[in-house]
Formats: sequence, C-alpha cells, structure tokens
Amino acid sequence: MTKTLTIVVVEEDRDRAIAIVDALKDACACDVFVIGNATGLARKIAAHAPDIVLIDIDNPTRDMMEELTLASGPLERPVAMFVSSAAGGMAQTAIEAGVSAYVVDGLSPERVKPVMDTAIARFAMVRQMRNELAETRRALEERKVIDRAKGLLMKAKGIDEDAAYALLRKTAMDQGRRVADVAEALVTASGLLG
Amino acid sequence: MKHVTVPVAYMPLVDAAPLIIAQEMGFAEAEGIALDLIAAPSWSSVRDMLAFGRVDAAHMLSPVPVAMAMGLGGMSTALSAVSVLSVNGNVIGVGTPLEARLRANGYGFDFADPVAAADALAQVRDGPIVFGVPFPFSMHVELLRYWSRATALGPDGIVIRTVPPPLMANALAAGDVDAFCVGEPWGSVAVDEGAGALLLPGTAIWTFAPEKVLAVRTDWAETEPDLTGRLMRATWRAGRWLANRQVQATASELLSRKAYLDVSSELIDRALSGHLTVTARGDQRQVERFLEFHDGAASFPWRSQARWIAQQLRRSHGTRADVSDDALARVFRADLHRMHLGSAGCDLPGASEKVEGAIRHETPVASAGGGLTLLPNRFFDARIFDPNAE
Repeated sequence: MTKTLTIVVVEEDRDRAIAIVDALKDACACDVFVIGNATGLARKIAAHAPDIVLIDIDNPTRDMMEELTLASGPLERPVAMFVSSAAGGMAQTAIEAGVSAYVVDGLSPERVKPVMDTAIARFAMVRQMRNELAETRRALEERKVIDRAKGLLMKAKGIDEDAAYALLRKTAMDQGRRVADVAEALVTASGLLG
Repeated sequence: MKHVTVPVAYMPLVDAAPLIIAQEMGFAEAEGIALDLIAAPSWSSVRDMLAFGRVDAAHMLSPVPVAMAMGLGGMSTALSAVSVLSVNGNVIGVGTPLEARLRANGYGFDFADPVAAADALAQVRDGPIVFGVPFPFSMHVELLRYWSRATALGPDGIVIRTVPPPLMANALAAGDVDAFCVGEPWGSVAVDEGAGALLLPGTAIWTFAPEKVLAVRTDWAETEPDLTGRLMRATWRAGRWLANRQVQATASELLSRKAYLDVSSELIDRALSGHLTVTARGDQRQVERFLEFHDGAASFPWRSQARWIAQQLRRSHGTRADVSDDALARVFRADLHRMHLGSAGCDLPGASEKVEGAIRHETPVASAGGGLTLLPNRFFDARIFDPNAE
C-alpha cells in the first residue's frame, strides 16, 4: 500500500481551483491543497510537504517556485520540473496545455501519470475558456472602435452608416490592413485633431 | 529575400532593448530575419520556452545557463550564452519602513557608497534584512551576496527571497520583504508608487557585471550556425545603435509601447540615461555606465564571467551535476562570438578570459581591430578574481 499523494495546486481563481481539485480527487487517491495568495508562496507550499505541485504556466508567481528546486531551499526533498523521459512527450503536452508541474525527487512515473493526465486535461480546458473569453473581449473592443469610426465618418462626410462602413472596409482592403486597425487609426487621429 | 522568423522569448525590461531595437529599427531585417518577440510572464517560463523549443533564443539572466549546466534548478537542457546583451542596470532599494529609519539616522541616500549604505542598514535593522529578487539564479542575488559578505551587513545579515517584480510593492506592503534588488523599470516604478527608495545601483558593487545574455540551445547553435550568426549580428548592431545618446528618446518611445514594456517612456529614459529618481521626494542621482549595451566590448561573453558566476553559485548551492570548471566557462561562447561577429565590424579582444575586477581605469587592450578600450571593471572591495588562480 503506497502512501496517499499530496498535491498542491497554486491558483488564485477559486472556481477554477475547485474544478481542478475535484478532477484530481476523482482520478487518484490524493490529498489536494489549494494556495491562492502569492504572499510567502514557497513557505506555504513547503508547509504541506507536497509530492507534486501544479501551477498555471502563465502565473508570474512561478518564479517563486524555483526556490523549491534547490537543495538548500525550503523543501526537504528538492523538486524538479516534470521532465520524465519514461512518460514520453508528457512534459511537452503539459506545457502546451498550460500547466507546469513540480515533482519531488524519486516519485515513480506510474504514480505521476494519472495526476498529470488529469491536470493536463483540466488546465487545457481552462486555457481554452480563457482564450475564448479574451477573444470575445477583443472582438467587443474592436466593434466599439469601429462604431466610433463610423460615427466620425458619418458626421464629417454626411454619409449614412452603411456608406461609412463601406469606406472603412475599402480603405482597409486598399492598404492591406484590418478594418479594426483603420478604425483605430481614424479614432486616434481625430482625437489628436480635437 | 524571404525572411526567416526566429521566435525569441524575453521579459519586458529595459535591458531587453537590444532585441526590441533589432526588430524595430531594421537590424534583424538587414540580416534577413524577423524576430517574433514573445513577452514571458516569468523567468521560469522564458527558460522552459527555450528548453522545450517553443522559442529558439531568449533574453536571459546571465547566471541561468551556468546554473543549468551545474544541474541547479528545475531544468537541465544545455544552453549557450552567445552574447552578453547588457552589462549592469540593477538597483538595490528599501521599503518605506527601512527608508524612514535610515532617514531618521541621517542617511543621505547618496546612491553611490556601498560601504556607507551597508553601515547605515546594519545600524537600523532588527534582524536579518529580507531582500526580494526576481529569480534565485540572477546577478541580483550574486551582487547582494557579494555586498553583504564584504560589509557590516555580513553573510547572515540578509535573507534572499524570490518575488516577481510586479508583486514587489505588495510584498513590501505585506512585510514579506524589507528591501529589494531589481532591474529597471521596476526600481523606478517602486519609487514612483511610493513603495520605497533606491539605495545603490548595481554598479556600486561591481562596475562591469554581465546582466542579461542572449541564450540559445547549444544544439540549435550547432545545427543552425547561419541563423545563430544572423541573430547575434542583429542584436549586436542594435546594441551599438543604443550606445549613441542621440537615439535615447527614440529608444525610450519604442520600448514604452504597449506591445513591449507598457510603461511611460519617461520611466525608461531614467535607466537609459542613468539619471535616476531615488526617492519619492524626487531626489535625483546621476550614475556613470548605469546600463551598458555596447561600449568596452560589453557584448563579449568572457569565459571568466562564467567562471565567476559558477564560483558564486557553488558557494551558495554546491553542485549536483559532475561538471568541470572549464566546461562551465565554455557556457559563455567566446568562440561563437568571434566566429560570427568578426565580419560585422565588432572589434574583438585578443583573449577570452580576463582577471575580473582588475581594471581601474579605461584601458586600451590588444584586439583584432586595434581600437578596443575596456571599461573600468572593479569590485567595490578592490578584490580581484583571477580565473587561472582559482
């Protein structure tokens, strides 16, 4: 009977953290702890003496984790970034999914694999949702700028909305630029001219 | 000509300038390459992107490739430092509680004398002073350790913790750290936010400290010698362009763009001009060679620099991998620098190692072009590091 794995998840967003914890608990016999606040991160992690630490690859607090990899660091057993050749391209897959894992020295690949499979799936899902959200925001932002540019053209040239949009689109095509970029340039220029 | 795109990871800092300028001012294009500059959220991320092949080159803390060769840290891909991107540029600062105590004691914040600064700090401290740094393997750490060992602070008088610079103000406010050592613009940001005051520039401890390097995977440099050369020449020419004071305003403007540093150009100007605001009251100090990209063969990756770094890392961490000092010295690729930059008009020194800390004044040295002058290279305690004597 092997000892239950202790996993620490570093994640600020509470809902996201809960989703990850639930998935991990379904996948393996493990104790999972969540650390949300970056203050004193390395010491908080060390207090749990984890076997595995999971953190979003884009989280700037990742650099605080690096102290855990040092023999003189706060953990008794130094951890390594998960790069097991036995697990094939798993490290690569993990990075693409947006999760970085720190695993203590000497933990067998068979025990790490189910955790990593789950973490990779879960983080990939989170990442996709975040990308979609960012994309939606950006599209909304662009729509606003285009609307303002249309308004400026309608007022300055006395044309209707369709004609204003057609003008923006034609200019964009002629210059090989995106409509949103042309609109942005127009709004900026008009702001400067006051 | 069809341009080859080279993905490059960087941290949005003032000393990423040679890469940003290489792309923005056409130095990359002149070499037939386009740099796809990817801003990273952390130094770990820069390292992983390079190690796993997501990017082919990176703006990197000079000790990282040496530490990786020693088996330290979470990753162990062989990296090569093919050029030094910048020399100096760090600042040491204190949070507002220490600032107030120093001021009450009559400390003048001269931003120059490391012995006086250490004496002043030693007088006002209650226990060890906790310094926040961006990364465990960094010139920031090595300068702090060197300074504390040779002054009233003492080796046990400081504790070093990793805190990403964007979170430094919070860490100071929470009392998690008392002081910090960071690269620009983060020191100036701390002053402007009223989070603390600047105590010393890195140059006050070592006048010629290799700060960031252009790092590539060693096997990539071997399989892509042509691209390696083009990338090195483009960044070297960008460094030479930056050495001209006339272009400073333009450089600050470019770096301040949203896609790059996304801070005001005035803030960036402070680092490029060495004219820093050191307290929230607006005290200003001028620092010679605060941040150097080009003069004095700044780009040359001296093997003796790698040896010095290796010695410091050994002292702090021991070493895991069985690796010789000579192998560690060769992580700084003086050989590739010679191979690829001789044709670009870069005047190369005759030697690949030098005694670090032994140059008191600007000194002409033997070089291929005959016109090379090395800049002062001094440690504040006047010690020297002789690579052949170690």
